[in-house]
Parts: sequence; C-alpha cells; structure tokens
Amino acid sequence: MQFNTPAGQNLFDDAKVVGKPTTRIDGPLKVTGTAPYAYERHDVAEGQLVGYPVLATIAKGRITSMDTDTAKAMPGVLDVITAPEVGEMPSPSDMNVAPLFGGKEIAQYHQAIAVVVAETFEQARAAAAKVQTEYEVDEIGSLDLQAAWEDVMDDRSDATRVGDFEAAFESAPVTIDKTYTTPSHSHAMMEPPASIAQWDDGKLTVWTSNQMIEWAQAALAKTFELDAEDVRVDSPYIGGGFGVKLFVRSDAILAAQAARRVGQAVKVAMPRPMVMNNTAHRASTIQRIRIGATRDGQITAIAHEAISHAMEGGSGENAIGQTRQFYAGDNRLIKMHLATMALPEENAMRAPGEAAGLMALEIAMDEMAEELGMDPVAFRVMNDTQVDPEDPDKPFSERNFVECLERGADAFGWADRNTAPGATRDGDWLIGHGLAGAYRGGPAMASGARIRLTPQGQVIVETAMTDIGTGSYTILAQTAAEVLGVTAEDVEVRLGDSSYPDSAGSGGQWGAASSTAGVYAAAVAMRQAIADHLGKDVEDLSFEDASVRTTDKQIPLAGLSDTEIVAEDSIEFGDFRSEQVVSTFGAHFVEVGVNAYTGETRLRRMLAVCDAGRILNPITARSQVIGGMVMGVGAALMEDAAIDTARGFFPAHDLAGYEVPVHADIPAQEVIFLDTLDPASTPLKAKGVGELGLCGVAAAVANAVYNATGVRVRDYPVTLDRFIDRLPSA
Amino acid sequence: MRSFSYERAVDPAQAAARAAEIPDAKFIGGGTNLLDLMKLEIETPIHLIDVRDIGLTEITETEEGGLRIGAQVTNTDLSADSRVRRDYPVLTRAIAAGASGQIRNKATTAGNLLQRTRCPYFYDPAQPCNKRAPGSGCGALTEGAFSRQLGVIGTSETCIATHPSDMAVAMRALDAVVETVTPNGMTRRIAIEDLHVLPGQTPEQETALMPGELITHVVLPAPVGGQQAYHKVRDRSSYAFALVSVALIQQADGTGAVALGGVAPKPWRRAEADAELPNGSRAVMARLLEGASPTEENAFKLTLAERTLAAMLKEG
Ligand SMILES: Cc1cc2nc3c(=O)[nH]c(=O)nc-3n(C[C@H](O)[C@H](O)[C@H](O)COP(=O)(O)OP(=O)(O)OC[C@H]3O[C@@H](n4cnc5c(N)ncnc54)[C@H](O)[C@@H]3O)c2cc1C
Ligand code: SF4
Repeated sequence: MQFNTPAGQNLFDDAKVVGKPTTRIDGPLKVTGTAPYAYERHDVAEGQLVGYPVLATIAKGRITSMDTDTAKAMPGVLDVITAPEVGEMPSPSDMNVAPLFGGKEIAQYHQAIAVVVAETFEQARAAAAKVQTEYEVDEIGSLDLQAAWEDVMDDRSDATRVGDFEAAFESAPVTIDKTYTTPSHSHAMMEPPASIAQWDDGKLTVWTSNQMIEWAQAALAKTFELDAEDVRVDSPYIGGGFGVKLFVRSDAILAAQAARRVGQAVKVAMPRPMVMNNTAHRASTIQRIRIGATRDGQITAIAHEAISHAMEGGSGENAIGQTRQFYAGDNRLIKMHLATMALPEENAMRAPGEAAGLMALEIAMDEMAEELGMDPVAFRVMNDTQVDPEDPDKPFSERNFVECLERGADAFGWADRNTAPGATRDGDWLIGHGLAGAYRGGPAMASGARIRLTPQGQVIVETAMTDIGTGSYTILAQTAAEVLGVTAEDVEVRLGDSSYPDSAGSGGQWGAASSTAGVYAAAVAMRQAIADHLGKDVEDLSFEDASVRTTDKQIPLAGLSDTEIVAEDSIEFGDFRSEQVVSTFGAHFVEVGVNAYTGETRLRRMLAVCDAGRILNPITARSQVIGGMVMGVGAALMEDAAIDTARGFFPAHDLAGYEVPVHADIPAQEVIFLDTLDPASTPLKAKGVGELGLCGVAAAVANAVYNATGVRVRDYPVTLDRFIDRLPSA
Repeated sequence: MRSFSYERAVDPAQAAARAAEIPDAKFIGGGTNLLDLMKLEIETPIHLIDVRDIGLTEITETEEGGLRIGAQVTNTDLSADSRVRRDYPVLTRAIAAGASGQIRNKATTAGNLLQRTRCPYFYDPAQPCNKRAPGSGCGALTEGAFSRQLGVIGTSETCIATHPSDMAVAMRALDAVVETVTPNGMTRRIAIEDLHVLPGQTPEQETALMPGELITHVVLPAPVGGQQAYHKVRDRSSYAFALVSVALIQQADGTGAVALGGVAPKPWRRAEADAELPNGSRAVMARLLEGASPTEENAFKLTLAERTLAAMLKEG
C-alpha cells in the first residue's frame, strides 16, 4: 500500500478498538515470568552450551599475546575462541562504530577478545578468568571535552545559518549566552544483551534481543559472509533496549562464532559489569546557547552550538537538532562539533539528540523568560512557529505545542506556582515549579505484515516488528481487529522473527506509527482476499462482529474457508510526507522539593501533555510516557556515566553504581494526550510517543530546582554537590 | 568464580576452628556481599563455612539492660525488633536506610559489619587496587579517576575507600561491642570503634579480627535515651549507598553522640567532636572532620556533613 497523500476520513475515525484503552496482551506472560527472553529459550535448540566473554582491559592498543592453555584444560571447557585467531571480521554495519570481535586491535575498554565455551555457565566463567592476555598499550590521548570545546568553539564553518545571527544577537535588547553540560548516559536496560546461536548446514539462526530484525539479519549476514536468506533472527521479547539493541552487539557475534566452532548451539549473555563499557552509551555534551529577543519577548536570534565526544567514525550526541525547528526566530546559527576520543562506542539512546539537546535548550528558554520578566509559558507560546524556521515554505503537518503548554498550565495549576525563586518553603523543603517544552520528530518507515485467517476464524498477524516493552503486540492486535471486525482478543500477534515480513522495527519512536500502518495494509489485503474467496466485490462487504456482512447475509469468519487464507502487504511512505515537518510536541510540568539543608531534590508531582496524533492505546501510550518521565528524572538528578579520563572507561559497573530512579523517587505522574490527528503521518493519523515522554523532562526538573532555590545549575545531573556551596543557609 | 567446597557449621567454636584449619576458608552469612565478590574473583575462598545455623539468630536481653544480638540475626529482623525500635531507634532507622528489602532479608548482622567497600576500582579486577591486590596502586587516586563516592577522612595515600555500612554507623553512635570466638575457642570483646582499622599502608587489612575469628554477637549497652535520628543523604531516595550519613543521639541537655557514614574507612566518630554538640553543627564538624583530605570530586562531603547535622539539630 502506498501512502502518497494525507489520510482522509477512514475507518479509524470511527474506531471501536483502536484508540481504546486495552491492557497489554502479553501482560500475563510478563508478570508470570513466562515470556521467553533470549537467554532462557532452552527449548529452541538442543544441547545448548554456554559461552562466557573475555573482554579487553585496556582502552586502546593491541593484543600481543593470548594464553588460553589453562582455560582450555579447565573442567567442562570445550574451546576458547580468541579474536586474534579469528582475525578481523567485516564490520556488521555502518552503525556499529566499535569492532565487536576479531583481530588484535582494541578500540574500547571491555571490547570482546575471546569467548570460552563450556558445558555450564560456572565452568565457562571460571575458565574465562584464566585467559591471559598481553597488550601493547597506545596513548589514549586527551579525554577532556572542555579542552576540546575551547579549541573549536569559534569555528563556525559549515554552520547551519538563517539570516545574520551575529548582527541580530548584537542588536537584540535582551540576550542570554549560557553554556550547559550533559554527561554520558548508560542505557541501563534490565535485560543485558544475550543471544543463542546455532548453525545448520551453513545456515545461522540467532535467538536474541534486538530492536531491528532486518538490520540484525543483514549485520549477521555481513559479518559471517552469508546471504541474508541464510540467517534467521528471532527476538519476540526484549527486556528493554533504549537504542543499545538497535544494532547487533558482541553477544550475537560471540555466540555465532562459538557455535560454528563447536558445532553446537551456544548462548552468550553480556555479564552486567561489562555491559556499560562493552555496549554503547549516550555521549556527553557541552552546549552553548545564545538567544536574543525584543523586549516584548519575540526571539530574533538563536544559536545553539555544541560538542560531544565520539569514537573515530562515530556520530556523537547530536544535541542541536531540535533547535533548528522548535522555536521561531529569523536569525539562526546551529553547529555541532565532534571530539574524537578513545572512549567506548557512543551511539543512539532513547531520543538521541533531543534528549540531551532539550536538557540545555529548555533551561535556556527558562533563563531567557526570566531575563525578559515573562512567564515561561507565555514566552514559549509567543515563539511558537507553524512553519519550519529554516524553510518557511515548509509547514508542520500538525503542531499543537501551544495547546500542550496551555492545557498543561491549566491542569497543573501553573498560575499558583512559586514565582520568586527560593521563596516557598514547606518544613525543611524548598518548593519549586518548572516546565519545559518537548519536541521530537515523528518519523515513519516502510513496514510489512502477513495476516492469516484460520478456518476456525482466528486472525494471526505475523511481522518482524519488535516489542521492546512498548506494547507493539497489543496495538497491532487492535489494528488488525479494527479492520477485520473482530476483537483484539481474537487476534494472535507474532513478532520479531526475520521469517516474517520486514517491518520498521523499534527505534526513533517510529515503531508504533509505522507498524500499525503496515498491519493496516495487510488487513486491507486480507479483506480483499476474503472478497476474492467469496467471489464478491470488497466494496460490498463490511467486517463486524467476527463476520463478513454482504448485502444479504452475514458469514462468520469461523468456517468462512476450509483452508487458511493468507494476505500480505506493506505500507510505503511517499515523498509528500517530507514536504512538511511531521513532529510530536509536549510540555512537562513538575514540582520539586529541595532540602534546604542538604540540597537533596525530590519530585513531588509531574505532568506531561503530549501532542502525538492519534493515541492508539491510551494505556500503553501512557506507560511509554511515564517511563520516559522516569528516565528524565534520572537524567535530571542522578544518571552520570562518569568517565575515568586517565584510563578511558566508565568505572560505574552495575545498577548500584549507575543510579537510575527507584520507585520512591517517582511521585504522582499525570499524562494528558491532546485529542489530535495527523493525517500526513500514517493512515491511522498516528505518531510515536515513546521518546517524546523523555524529551524536556530533565530541564523541567532543573528549572524547578532553580525556582525552589534561586541557584541555577547548568551542569547535569543536578546533584547536590553542584550547588550545596551556593545554597542559602537554611 | 573459582570452585569452592562448602560446609554448614554446627556451633560457633567449631566454625572458628574449621576456618583456622583450612587456609583460604571464609564464613558465609547471607552471602549478599561475599557471593557478588566471588563471582568477580575479588574474593577467592576455596572453602565456605556457612554460619547461618549455629544458634546465633536470637536477640536477648543482657544483665546490664542492653541487648545481645546474635551475629546471624538478619538486618530485617534486627530493625523490626520491638526493643530495638523502642530503645535504639537510630539503629532501626540506619538499617532500614540500607540496601533493599530483599537484601536486608538475607543480610546478617556480622555480614553487614564485614561487608567490603563499594569503590568501583576495587570491583574491576583489571584495575589497580591496593585493597584487592596489595601493592598494585590505588585506581581511585590517579589523576582523572572517579572518586565522588569515596572517603575524605581516615584515608591514606594508599586507599581512600569508605566502609559502606549504615548499620555500623548507628552501632558506633551507640557504643556497641562485638563479641567473637577465636579458632582456639577463646571469646573476645571488641569495641565497635576498634573493629575496623584504618588503611595506613595496609588497606587490605580491614578489621582487628584474626584469621578464623568468628563474630558471635553484637552487644548494645543499656538504652541511652535521648532523641535519636539517622539521616542518610544520597542521590536517589532508596537503594543507594550514602554520600554522607549522620547518626545522632542527642540528650535533653544538648550533649550526645555523632557518627558519620560515607566519609571514612570506618564509621566515623570522635569524642572531642561529640563534646562540641551543644555548640552546633559547625563546631562538631570542625572537630569531627579535622584533618580531612578530600579529592576535588568529593570535597562537597565536608559541607554536606555539616549541613546534614544542622538539619538534624534544627539549626537555621
Ligand atoms: C545492591 C546492594 C545495595 C546495598 N546497599 C547497602 C546500603 O545502602 N547500606 C548498607 O549498609 N549496605 C548495603 N548493602 C550491603 C549489605 O548490607 C551487605 O551485603 C550485607 O549486610 C552483608 O551481609 P551478609 O550476611 O549477606 O554477608 P556475607 O556476604 O555473607 O558476608 C560478608 C562478609 O562477612 C563475613 N562474615 C559473615 N558472617 C560472619 C561472622 N559471623 N563472623 C565473621 N565473619 C563473618 C563473610 O566471610 C564475608 O567476608 C547493599 C548490598 C547490595 C548488594
Ligand atoms: S580507594 Fe582503596 S579500594 Fe579503591 S582503588 Fe584505591 S586502594 Fe582500591
């Protein structure tokens, strides 16, 4: 199905299932511990052996020797496969920056250099500790981002420019010029990367945990020099990914290498203390923002310049992206720098770019509003834009940012907020309120599905889409149910297998919008197939109550055919979509308490208002947004993958050392979805929310801490050590 | 993890004797710290002696009117004991501020006292660490290292690790006494103050216990009364080690005791600092933290300790 023009009135505008609160169909499996996650798939292959990784303990250099004799002689050990002996392997994809395995060169701390295969986990782990490796260590060079920034901050070659920023900023009556920093973040997903691999007659099957099935299939084919048809990837359940599982990781490569060598299925999970350095992280940034405005608050000049660290060939954290389109302003300057550093691979993490960029931009907007003496809601409202500020001929397909702000202000009671910083106290706690705007693209990608109608009338959806905990199973069941006139319970959804039709996968918050459109296309094809089977014109049929209604009779889907009817199609998005900006918007409001003595910050309430087109399922969408808000609290108050700049690695090694919020950190959370539709997005007029929920949250918290204390912190996380010296005496 | 053998001891004296007999044997209580360290080969005992079932799970009253806590009483049971809650609330609060409910259900009194540091370099066997591998250097004291969580006082140029226990900080404020049995069957009483030793040139040496010596009880003196409080400051509301924690016992006349966690290789208390309590938080901390040598990253702990005590004393 081609999606070449904005959607008109269609069945989703009169939906019975889509858009209705529907509990997760995979919920019972999750809460009973029976959802089959990669490492526990004991039934998929016989005689599974265990591979335990051996990882490099230097940041940069090369292996000069490896001694595996002792390890190989240990009880239960079948083999030890080392990177030097395997030799360099093709890079799995352009998006994998660090080498995952093979060869002598070491590009990051905890790069995989061997895998020990044994009968049991304990045997493999014990033997792995006995592998002896010698290195030639290279100088890691400077890991000082501040120094790198100072070197390049005046270089504005290739900057994205509109108008004359310098002149406009110079002449603006009100200006700010501030610099913000964000640290590296770790994905810290519950399920570490894990894979089981098996070879059969030159064909490879990998049961794994991966967000993008076709990418994984292509990556494994490339690495092992196979045809894609000879690789099967299966990943029906994923215990969190947040972007780190967009690309194959070393677990899959090690498992496949080992399985090929020993001729038996091998499973590998990355041990928790190694996940942090072996996989990927969100890169740290320094961001300078300058805003100039008229006295009444109209932005006339805006510049966002930033630097982030990046591995050689990596793309860093693109912190400036949202500033190109979020607010109006005739004169603009945008520039991103990368500082190449010998740190582990930086790569996509939930809302890559915007998450870090809005942490800075939305404090800057708060500072500017204060400078102007304006309410930060009114200041943002005044600088809303309905067209791309870089290309005024390009409209937003749908943009209700102002409504997000105004609805939010109303629901939150913004008018009654603390207006004078440091002025409201409740016992030992200083009370503050803060808000931030949220912006994140609303992309869509081609996505396919196959639908089977069984003789018993069951509808089965098969697509290589993934569910990373987001609710894909449920919204795809709802979509098929809507089109075929059944209930969501009548639909069985099968995901994550590369033998199913290619799908958009889960990333960049495109998954829900794209994959539901793909299932819609397949369901429309199924309607046609049913019409063909009945020898009718599809226009004369209606689908409801688990049956097909023709002009004169009602035929139940059960028994409609003696054999299975199968239909398949995919959605393809036409160019018209890129002739406008399709994005999602939001506003976050928070109340914090900051302990007047100790500077501990605790959230008291949170509200998000989201404008993301049709909300396919308010329960799963809300769960995405509140999860994003939790992650935003982490970014605001505690998450910091601190770098050891002497040795080029992240010393925090587990979920006790890298702190993310616990339940006690999260107060009442409220989410309001605007009742909006975006016909330019997909036939369902839907966009993503999974990343929007995170965007801006941290800045809202930082702004609230300022409002509570009167102390502005521009470096994340806003931990007490950053401001306790400036905190007024209690 | 290395292979190891395992036995269940039957009584305290036998456990201590066995431990002395087998070199590289260790006691195991709840295992919540030891097993994690064994998995990473930071601890590599060849034999484990399980001491959970040797009759040390009771809390009894002493003749002096205090409590004798069996070494294997769980953290959960100790914090919930009605006598502890009534007479030693600082202890209940300190324990409840530590770890998580699940861990406290397993963790034992002796194991908690003897848990090892959370220094991230101690935890990465590839990094230098004088405590884990004597003489290899201190990973945390290199320029550019990450030391925000580590100690500011009582540390040495070989090691700046902190002792992570919350429970021990309250016990220090309460002047608890540790009772042990040595491998030759003798019993000893060690003031909690003397249980942990400062690193000096030997950070691998963490306690005054001799090899094979088993902790059997912790004795609390008769109730000391006063207002008791434990304030643990951390980056998140629970399930995090202290940046700084303060155990306070304050009598009606303003005198009392102050012990700190999160700042030193042992629960940190000084008599001369206690004596300053009537003069307020600044006076106390001037004495208590005198001679501190923080890193750039953790110097905030000095201010934080003072402000935390100020909050507890309701100054300001
Ligand atoms: C994620 C996490 C978070 C935590 N957070 C906190 C926190 O915030 N605050 C806090 O205080 N603690 C915290 N802890 C630590 C926890 O309190 C300890 O792990 C626990 O108290 C150890 O008790 P255990 O009985 O399990 O000891 P084990 O692990 O069994 O033993 C620890 C040590 O004590 C020795 N030992 C045990 N019994 C005896 C005995 N009778 N005599 C002599 N030696 C003995 C063992 O040989 C071993 O060396 C945390 C732990 C984890 C895993
Ligand atoms: S501070 Fe102590 S525990 Fe940490 S690395 Fe140094 S010696 Fe080891």
